[in-house]
Amino acid sequence: MKSALKNLKSFAGGLHPPDGKHFSAGKAIEICPLPEELVIPLAQHIGAPAEACVEVGALVKKGSPIAKAKGFVSVPIHASTSGEVIAVEPRLHPMGKHLPAVVIKPDGKDLWDDSLTGADPQDLNAAELKNRLQAAGIVGLGGATFPTHVKLSPPADKPIDTLILNGVECEPFLTADHRLMLEETERIFDGIDILRKILGITRAVIGIEANKPDAIELLTARGAARQIEVQALEVKYPQGAEKQLIDAITGRQVPSGTLPMEVGVVVQNVGTCAAISDAIRRGHPLVERVVSITGPALVEPKNLLVRIGTSLQFLVDQCGGLNGAAAKIIMGGPMMGQTQLSLDVPAIRGTSGVLIFRQQDLPRYEAGPCIRCGRCISVCPIHLQPTSIAACARLDMIDQAAGYHALDCIECGCCTYICPATLPLVQSIRYAKAAIMAQKRTT
Amino acid sequence: MFASILTLGGIGLFAAVALGVAAKKFAVEIDPRELAVLDALPGANCGACGMPGCAGYAKAIVDGSMAPNLCTPGGSEAIEKIAQIMGVEAQSAEPQVAVVCCQGDNQKATLKYRYLGLYDCNAAQKIADGPKTCPGGCLGLGSCVRACPFDAIEITAAGLAVINRDKCTGCQKCVAQCPRSVIHMTPRLAETHVLCNSTDKGAQVRKYCQVGCIACQICKKNAPEAYQIENFLARVDYSHAAAAAAVAEKCPTKCIRDFSHGYPDGSSYGVPTPEKLRGEAV
Amino acid sequence: MENQLYLSSSPHIHNGETTDQVMRKVIYALVPASLVSLYFFGLPALSVLLICTLGCMVFEALSCWLKKIPQTLADGSAALTGILLALNLPPSSPWWISLLGAAIAILIGKQVYGGLGHNPFNPALVARVVLLISFPVQMTNWTAPAPLTSGFDAVTTATPLGEMKTAVMLTGKLPALAQSGFSDYLLGNMGGCLGEVSALALLLGGVYLLYKKIISWHTPVAFIGTVLVLGGIFWAIAPEKYPSPLFHLVTGGLILGAFFMATDMVTSPVTTKGMLIFGCGCGLLTLLIRLFGGYPEGVSFAILLMNAATPLIDRFCRPKIYGQRPAKA
Repeated sequence: MKSALKNLKSFAGGLHPPDGKHFSAGKAIEICPLPEELVIPLAQHIGAPAEACVEVGALVKKGSPIAKAKGFVSVPIHASTSGEVIAVEPRLHPMGKHLPAVVIKPDGKDLWDDSLTGADPQDLNAAELKNRLQAAGIVGLGGATFPTHVKLSPPADKPIDTLILNGVECEPFLTADHRLMLEETERIFDGIDILRKILGITRAVIGIEANKPDAIELLTARGAARQIEVQALEVKYPQGAEKQLIDAITGRQVPSGTLPMEVGVVVQNVGTCAAISDAIRRGHPLVERVVSITGPALVEPKNLLVRIGTSLQFLVDQCGGLNGAAAKIIMGGPMMGQTQLSLDVPAIRGTSGVLIFRQQDLPRYEAGPCIRCGRCISVCPIHLQPTSIAACARLDMIDQAAGYHALDCIECGCCTYICPATLPLVQSIRYAKAAIMAQKRTT
Repeated sequence: MFASILTLGGIGLFAAVALGVAAKKFAVEIDPRELAVLDALPGANCGACGMPGCAGYAKAIVDGSMAPNLCTPGGSEAIEKIAQIMGVEAQSAEPQVAVVCCQGDNQKATLKYRYLGLYDCNAAQKIADGPKTCPGGCLGLGSCVRACPFDAIEITAAGLAVINRDKCTGCQKCVAQCPRSVIHMTPRLAETHVLCNSTDKGAQVRKYCQVGCIACQICKKNAPEAYQIENFLARVDYSHAAAAAAVAEKCPTKCIRDFSHGYPDGSSYGVPTPEKLRGEAV
Repeated sequence: MENQLYLSSSPHIHNGETTDQVMRKVIYALVPASLVSLYFFGLPALSVLLICTLGCMVFEALSCWLKKIPQTLADGSAALTGILLALNLPPSSPWWISLLGAAIAILIGKQVYGGLGHNPFNPALVARVVLLISFPVQMTNWTAPAPLTSGFDAVTTATPLGEMKTAVMLTGKLPALAQSGFSDYLLGNMGGCLGEVSALALLLGGVYLLYKKIISWHTPVAFIGTVLVLGGIFWAIAPEKYPSPLFHLVTGGLILGAFFMATDMVTSPVTTKGMLIFGCGCGLLTLLIRLFGGYPEGVSFAILLMNAATPLIDRFCRPKIYGQRPAKA
């Protein structure tokens, strides 16, 4: 399989943070036991939050809907296990505020809802498949949590010819997708077939970074008979970002301000594929996912199959607890993840990883003046000028920030990672983007 | 040498004549009142009136498209002068100054988390609704200081914004910047204010702030017309400002401040100029 | 109990290299050249180096104190400016020239603009040029190298470029020295500023900077390349009037300028394309001044002039944003 690893593709820009994968890469996925309480927020995806459709005291089964989708760009939320609804109230959400959630006390029996039925994808047409995906609450599991059925519904004037599967997992420390590709290959491939049927295309390419040679080898071998290609990619962050992935695999650049459908591509995370397979074949909604609980602060980092709504505290306990006081709790990877107020937050559909840093793992931070070294410009995968946008943001020069294409920033964090002055570039650019959007709304 | 004197002198003379002719011939017709109004305005270009600069506002006053009493930094003296120039009645609005309704600096109020990042209140507010536990409290990172064109705000060493009542002109730029809406406009002549912005119940407030309003109603009981309690937060009714001042000391958490006794702890502003002197100093 | 957790915007890791480490690495890169200058010029060189470096640090501390802002000495930029300034001064500089240079470099070249990151011109070069124009006698008083081991006193001499300029102006032809003596020039056995003498020591430092990725190859290669190519053209046309490209390379401040002065991040363009244009411009101006200008050495002036052009270069060299080229079929 050396040939697959020799023909590495890539994109311009980016950088190589230390991998950090060794903490949990070799660990097979373990099933996380049920906690005492599951707190399931109603806002777990892009689009309108779901609306609760159960009341306190209701008995639910695993997979029963507990909240309805609101509109087209929305999905329903389901109970992650059988039990009793003990509260429908605001609870601390990973976004840092108290948002509506349904709290379930598991009854320990873990019974699936009988009304859920699987089907053979051959018997269903594209529209029926998409409806089932929405009903199953399938959203992008790479972290963006965009409702999948919407992504699979491009308008007629945007024909799709390529399906790209994101097995890159370029964020340091995270290994959930890697393990999934090794252990659940069949489910992933099944999901790919279903996606190809919905889109009505034949070409599917899985992008995998070269630091996962075992996954590349396995998927290339198995994929050959199923007309699923595997493209090995140079190890560089942010190869897993949608735009960079499309550029590396197809050579096409998604025009500024548009979506991948503009260049005839749909991208899906490999975890989403596995969830799609379950949703159609077995009728199972999205109630659990693989999460990497990792980082130098954990006694025993692991890749766990976690029920949606399990608190981070419970997950950390499953990993043997911490070997030092936590200084930062990050949901996601270290480059784009969100810091948390406490471990009493639930894992949600978009939680790909939980990272704990102690004081000694934190980088030095003393923002000094910009020395115009230009490193941020050379690493930006979108080829922006982060220091210029940040300077405009600091001076509230919003029009100039828009002139520097601030809205094109994918907030990958490369610029801030490399900045010798430790300037909070991504934060400043986010400020500029919010100000530009606010300005657009008022004019 | 003679030739060079003649040449240069001649060029100078020619240029002077040419400039004089051009000044007369290409003169822009400005209503002389516009220049007088511009002179009466403070010239800070702060934008409080709604125009980006004083020149624009002067023009708008003279051509009648804007009212002459919108300049809060200029105060009653500017409004009177402008009214005189335009030949209309002076209708000054009651002068207002901004007040930061919070005394919970880092030593008196708790933090939800330790914030790392841009030293800006709006940026910090985006991260889990800001580092201060109190949802309405001042974050003390200085967005208001940067917005103020009159250098009237400071951040104390313990992280609290304080507005100088003598320097504040009421332009409201700080109010627009504050993500927690903790800055409120108050009549300049009223010196007693409830410096709290939290609408949480008293028991909750006690947990995160030593000087927050717990809605115990003591102020209202002692001066019923001067205080209103709404949403677990007391507010001074400024039409009875004198009565409010009398009971300020009775507040158990000391969240009511009479500014004639001084600014909040840690402020370098001392004591505001007493009202009777202020009229003369201007 | 208060929450001790840190919350911040992403990203949450950093590659670890901060501004002071960058400055420190540049100082390390200048150590070989400084040592060679000490070897060739002895105690006077030491005094220039010390007064310039310490003087710059003192003036930086003074400015911060006057401006009532936190001290910035820890970022190492003042010390670096001091060393670079010292390397741009003749070894026989009196103490007051070094001190005045330090004051001009820090106070006028840097602090007046707002401190680190805001100056448009290279501070060390600003100081050197101001001194050169104000005190031409002291600034062109060259001593012959007297290696520490030889025990000789200082003897005045001329720099190779100075000799070349005088000879060409007087006789229209190059002096004999310009055609030979390369090993001397390479190692540093010639008259010149502290930092001009040893091409080898400077190249060592330059390679270290490239290896550590403190500078990128674009500016030095464009700068030196342009000088070599244009110098070569002129040499080919009239070898008796114009020296060979190799002569240009090892004499004067070309290597010091190309690797350490033109690559100053604050005053040079931020994109690689811009750096190439910047380097070429510096090379062109250097050569023109050396061959046709009034001064024998043009590196300082060339770099300062190109510093002035940097904002313009940056404006026209903005990178092409992802997603701006039409989608391929």
